[in-house]
Amino acid sequence: MSGRLWVVGAAAFLAAALLTGALVGPVHIGLGAALESVGARLPFLHIDTPLTQTQESILWDIRLPRVVLGALVGAMLAVAGASYQGVFRNPLADPYLLGVAAGAGLGATIALVYLPNGVDFQKVLPPAAFLGGAVAVAAAYAIGRSAGRGSGGATLVLAGVTVASFFTAVQTFVQQQHSDTLQQVYAWILGRLPSSGWTDVKILLPYAAVATAGILLHRRLLDVLSVGDEEAASLGVNVGRVRLVVVLCATVGTAAAVAVSGLIGFVGIIVPHAIRLVAGPSYRLLLPLSVLFGAGFLVLADVIARTALSPAELPIGVVTAFFGAPFFAVVLRTSRRMASL
Amino acid sequence: MSALALEQVTVELGGRAVVDGVSLAVEPGEWVTLIGPNGAGKTTLLRAVAGLVGHGGRITLDGQGLSQLGRREVARRVAVVPQVPLMPTGMTVHEYVLLGRTPYVSYLGRESRRDVTAAGQALARLDLGDLAGRQLGTLSGGERQRAVLARALAQEASLLLLDEPTSALDAGRQQEALELIDALRLDAGLTVLAAMHDLTLAGQYASRLLLLSNARIVAQGAPAEVLTEPLIAEHYGARVRVLDGLAVVPVRPL
Repeated sequence: MSGRLWVVGAAAFLAAALLTGALVGPVHIGLGAALESVGARLPFLHIDTPLTQTQESILWDIRLPRVVLGALVGAMLAVAGASYQGVFRNPLADPYLLGVAAGAGLGATIALVYLPNGVDFQKVLPPAAFLGGAVAVAAAYAIGRSAGRGSGGATLVLAGVTVASFFTAVQTFVQQQHSDTLQQVYAWILGRLPSSGWTDVKILLPYAAVATAGILLHRRLLDVLSVGDEEAASLGVNVGRVRLVVVLCATVGTAAAVAVSGLIGFVGIIVPHAIRLVAGPSYRLLLPLSVLFGAGFLVLADVIARTALSPAELPIGVVTAFFGAPFFAVVLRTSRRMASL
Repeated sequence: MSALALEQVTVELGGRAVVDGVSLAVEPGEWVTLIGPNGAGKTTLLRAVAGLVGHGGRITLDGQGLSQLGRREVARRVAVVPQVPLMPTGMTVHEYVLLGRTPYVSYLGRESRRDVTAAGQALARLDLGDLAGRQLGTLSGGERQRAVLARALAQEASLLLLDEPTSALDAGRQQEALELIDALRLDAGLTVLAAMHDLTLAGQYASRLLLLSNARIVAQGAPAEVLTEPLIAEHYGARVRVLDGLAVVPVRPL
């Protein structure tokens, strides 16, 4: 199948996922009515919304922000995972490889434990998690660079593992000392999409947009990197610079996504690999498809997370793994293409 | 002006001189082959010429200092065929050959029509037209070698560096690959600097041989002058018979 056809198909999948996310919920809102409500907000169309005030509020202030946030987080995690796998030529690399998750976890835990009661955690958690994630990755990068140059990023990966272990240890220690906050911390670590209006979307959007654009601009160079550092250098590419810029984009975007949604596992590994298996390994196609399929996948996972045990919610990370893993197994079995990087 | 000139070139890796004070000149259109035992510094010397490892002394390409040229500028002049190329299994032959155009594409740009044409010509020149859509993982050893050569050809560099170009091939494919390289050298006016282990083949295709041993050039000249029983015994520690001044045949110790 040609590249353009894949992109059109992926965009259609994302549109269907967004619609499903907007329409499914305890209060019924029909497809036609929802579309008319969207039309009513566009200029020059002169359509009146058929929805009641309550329905309008549910659609515009609760469901749509959550759906859009899910799409942003899913797109960011999938494209960051794909680019990490590319720059490190490691199929097991995920967006949390360099310690973002552990650092963000520590930042969030410290905020939950040490800030006085009465502070609005919805407001404090994202910056605390972002800061923790940024500190962890900066530490990993500093250690990796001082330890070895020209090792194809292998030392950087090891430094990331080291830093992640250390931050996780500190986080667990703090958490055990303050068992009263255990449930809040745990809920954050399992990952969830908050229903807090458009605030989180506004926080994440600039980071996700800049990071995704930066990564997409490097898609041709990621293809060149797939022949190895030495051969890429012999083709005139400054491998170190490409790796630094792509890792920086992926990390900043991931840290922002983690800050608003906690740790949603699996998306960054499974979505890019599933696409590789069916559409081939070229990053020119893989990266845009990761954005679209990652976004759609997480929106659908969230629909399941909030309906399966309604009115209670499942942590979305549980859904992504529970449905994502069997799906990936099927793709792996039926695919005739070899998985490769 | 020499296509490639080295003056007192030294490369140190881990505090040890792996290439030590090597001087040589390769004229345009010439085929020069480096021979020498494992660890003599052949591969490192090729990497230094490609700008992939830092060096002391002076390397010039067409009279211009290598150190003054940018990465992309070097890649437009020097194409490297590595000993064991890393070939991503799911990539198609066409995508792979197009990578050869990398030095001509701006940092965040895309390949132009000119680049696609050049890649197509390289594919056609190496009879890979029918295989353009095939994945690298499905190719035979000989086809892989041709794909690597096509990528180097698409680079439109005038100097071709070959590191053990035939080590993974059977006798027939070895001959085929070397004949092909020689034909490319003649019609595209390429200069070839190769490193080879098979002394007989090295002597058959090169106009000059350089014997590298312990990081230094210890003998050079026409194949018949370098492929001698005493030189090979001294530097390779091998007992051989040289027949007709060209065929190097190992002899079992009695």
